[in-house]
Amino acid sequence: MAEPKKSDETVDATPNVTEIVQQDASTTSEVEAILDTRVDRGEPILQVRNLVKHFPLTSGILVKKQVGAVKAVDGISFDLYQGETLGIVGESGCGKSTVAKLLMTLEKATAGEVFYKGQDITKLSGRALKAVRRNIQMVFQDPYTSLNPRMTVGDIIGEPFDIHPEVAPKGDRRRKVQELLDVVGLNPEYINRYPHQFSGGQRQRIGIARGLALNPEIIICDEPVSALDVSVQAQVINLMDKLQGEFNLSYIFIAHDLSIVRHISDRVGVMYLGKMAEIGTDEQIYEHPTHPYTQALLSAVPVPDPEAREHRERIILSGDIPSPANPPSGCRFRTRCWKVQDRCSTEVPLLAIPERFQGLDSPVAHESACHFAEEKDVVGAA
Amino acid sequence: MPDMTKTAPEAEAIEDALAPPAVKAEKARSLWGDAWADLRRNPYFVVSSVLILVLLVIAAFPGWFTSASPTTGDLVHHYLGKPELSKVGSAEWLGYDVQGRSVYARLIHGTRASIIVGISVTLLVTVIGGLIGMIAGYFGGWIDALLSGFITNVFFGIPFLLGSMVVLQSFTSRSVWVVSLALAFLGWTQIARVMRGAVLTIKQADYVHAAKALGASTSRILFRHILPNAMAPVIVVATISLGVFISAEATLSYLGLGLSSPAISWGVDISGGIAQIRTAQHIMLYPSIMLSITVLAFIMLGEAVRNALDPKMR
Amino acid sequence: MSIIDTTKTIPAPRGDGEHQGPLLEVRDLHVEFHTRDGVAKAVNGVNYSVNAGETLAVLGESGSGKSVTAQAIMGILDMPPGKIPQGEIFFRGEDMLKMSAEERRKVRGRKIAMIFQDALSSLNPVLSVGYQLGEMFRVHQGLSKKDAKARSIELMDKVKIPAAAARVNDYPHQFSGGMRQRIMIAMALALEPDLIIADEPTTALDVTVQAQVMDLLAELQREYNMGLILITHDLGVVADVADKIAVMYAGRIVEQAPVHEIYKRPAHPYTKGLLASIPRLDQKGQELFAIKGLPPNLLKVPTGCAFNPRCTMAQDICSTDVPVLHPVAEQDGTELVGRGSACHFWKETIHG
Repeated sequence: MAEPKKSDETVDATPNVTEIVQQDASTTSEVEAILDTRVDRGEPILQVRNLVKHFPLTSGILVKKQVGAVKAVDGISFDLYQGETLGIVGESGCGKSTVAKLLMTLEKATAGEVFYKGQDITKLSGRALKAVRRNIQMVFQDPYTSLNPRMTVGDIIGEPFDIHPEVAPKGDRRRKVQELLDVVGLNPEYINRYPHQFSGGQRQRIGIARGLALNPEIIICDEPVSALDVSVQAQVINLMDKLQGEFNLSYIFIAHDLSIVRHISDRVGVMYLGKMAEIGTDEQIYEHPTHPYTQALLSAVPVPDPEAREHRERIILSGDIPSPANPPSGCRFRTRCWKVQDRCSTEVPLLAIPERFQGLDSPVAHESACHFAEEKDVVGAA
Repeated sequence: MPDMTKTAPEAEAIEDALAPPAVKAEKARSLWGDAWADLRRNPYFVVSSVLILVLLVIAAFPGWFTSASPTTGDLVHHYLGKPELSKVGSAEWLGYDVQGRSVYARLIHGTRASIIVGISVTLLVTVIGGLIGMIAGYFGGWIDALLSGFITNVFFGIPFLLGSMVVLQSFTSRSVWVVSLALAFLGWTQIARVMRGAVLTIKQADYVHAAKALGASTSRILFRHILPNAMAPVIVVATISLGVFISAEATLSYLGLGLSSPAISWGVDISGGIAQIRTAQHIMLYPSIMLSITVLAFIMLGEAVRNALDPKMR
Repeated sequence: MSIIDTTKTIPAPRGDGEHQGPLLEVRDLHVEFHTRDGVAKAVNGVNYSVNAGETLAVLGESGSGKSVTAQAIMGILDMPPGKIPQGEIFFRGEDMLKMSAEERRKVRGRKIAMIFQDALSSLNPVLSVGYQLGEMFRVHQGLSKKDAKARSIELMDKVKIPAAAARVNDYPHQFSGGMRQRIMIAMALALEPDLIIADEPTTALDVTVQAQVMDLLAELQREYNMGLILITHDLGVVADVADKIAVMYAGRIVEQAPVHEIYKRPAHPYTKGLLASIPRLDQKGQELFAIKGLPPNLLKVPTGCAFNPRCTMAQDICSTDVPVLHPVAEQDGTELVGRGSACHFWKETIHG
């Protein structure tokens, strides 16, 4: 891979944050909170503001009538900085994969904005969108369905160059593909093989090579190792770590495995039913969680050490995740929360640094969407 | 930033990962190549493809198999005369029809009509049905509602043979091409449905999302990613339908709505022999056998292809 | 969990009562699959045993043969292409591989039950869960429709499905993933088997639900004094519930140990590598240790120790001699009960 940084990208002005505040007053504190946490990281490369995705539920055969909506993503905001990894964790149905698709503009957002270098990509189409796509790429969960089984590895990794011919001149492409194979740790001679001739871990490397081909700045990873064997997961995680440094990549790392997310992420956001419950640095989230859902989630993770296990407090939640088509009023977690009070069913808790922790110079002072946020160490960190 | 400095041992691990001995030994194997390797070992495939090959040669070069004329009869050869089964390949081998024409010669020369109708109808329905199914499946929404919900279902609701009869009724002269068009006009719905189903599944696959994420154009997604993966079930259905279309042509000809004399076709011969069914069964027996073998060969081929392409088998 | 709380009433052991040995014993089991590309040796001489009330965790990655062994025990291997060229599976002292199909069928479901990973595809979508649960009683115990339904509700209560009586007529798709897995557990429990084989029972579930289901399984096992074989790839899940662990690699058991010890002091380089390669929730790790290379190709299992191409400790002997499962001892020679390691260099692995 050649030049690590693109120079032809014009950096537009950052989005007008005050304008957003005017548009939606309820989010004032969220936006302010985000402004607060912006310390010497420079400009965010990606800014997500009040992103919403509702999938309509329709009934009727001839005349379709909307009877409701699955609120897969219901107003989330976060920033991604150059060179960092933001982990997003949550259980199935929390909307984390929909977030990935929205950021990739594979789904159309119902509302909200995603600013890439100041440009709202949810409003783009055609040529402008194609240009942005060069810079935001994706690595998929399932290495068995993310590669076209009827194309050779060379064609799969070379496809980005077919679509964006300006990136690599034609005669240069085979060499570039071989370079990419080498970068991800595969033998460049495998260029004419087909995906089914590789193991899961090797396929995931092919998927990563395809993601790297256009030399993007951001890679969205949707459960990139959850389909792999334990012994191979570590190889792929280490590879992603290495590539991040080499190409100055920013990752959004979406996963359900909290241990892996902690390992790879600088900051972590916890999602529940389409909302962000808590967001902060890995230390803030794992060692000083203040949202009860984060605490329950962390305490449920089995730790491969029976002795550490015995010292940990376990919070076993009752019941299942409610349907995103009909989420609870107020705080979405209240139906499973042990701290629930009347206020929780009427008032939606905002994602902000809880009042009682504001101004504290302590890791507990991070954004948490709970009326009764308090610290609880459930991991038993040494 | 998480530990960005740690790269050295990792590189080593990956280097070693590259060279699993088992992978090194194998060559590039495409899925089509694998299917072909399976097919070659399937006795049904071997038998049916040899049969089909022979039929194709007969259709192309009938002169290689008989010198007798299929059209000029000589009443010297009485149709009640017994077939001379020992004289394989001669004009009198399978006996004569009422007009004194060699049944064998007509059998050989009739092959072409069946094969042409079978192949051209299949090509037409694959293109028409394939396109409609692909567009309906990929674009969905109102396009799907119109193409598959309305048009396909309306055509599907028309009985295939009855509909073809009505269409053909409006033509006074009916060549193989007219018959082919009539059959294709009503016969594309199954392919369209199969194609739409396959496309609906495949468009959900992550490699399609990946192509979109790269900024691929719709035509690239359709023809490079979706079509090659949706072809397998379509090929199976098309192969089996080929036999079905051949028998449909024979049926129509038998009913007097397809080809008719002086055209030579198995259906015409079966129809011509039906009057003599009590006295000279051979006149309709041999064309019927020929027809059955041909249809069977294509159905067998389709089944063999289905087994080879079925991803569950690998 | 290995010691049963004797203050509780333990159900009297069921079965013939004469048999003294382990509930289930697998001896030198081999399974191979004949494929187009050759013979895949999925299981190459596995030995393990489970007692009543005991939980054996079989840990392995894909292709390790952990699920194939379980299928062979259940008698649900597809044969062909599967084949069992060698081995014995004793259930209460009787070799099930020598039983007639009819005898086997009687054991299956009644004495040994299985829980699968994917509850949705294991349940029939067009029949209500009450009907499917009741079927067990109607077919095996000849209960009437009404009685069977009553028993179904009882079972659903047992696995803590809320409002069981109201939901007994619901269909599988109306339940959440965790609830469906509970129904699977209820079905396995229906005939009060002596042994339950759970193949990745919580892998498809969310982590908060996973904990609920594992707890339920452990509780029921205690209550019924069943043997449990837990097949998983997740070192974390195992740590919670198992009494002993068998680690499989390329169709062989490479290490066997009581659960606490294996995490503290692994005696096989593969186990050691696995433990080092998983990120820990309670530690912000530096670089992960990665076991190099790929899981073995079963068509071409490496000679000698199957792990040798990936092993950091491999020497010449490792590619020529197949290591047997050595008993593992302390440095001073006192044997560690229940431990074994199939490594030529187990001493170096555990002690140094």
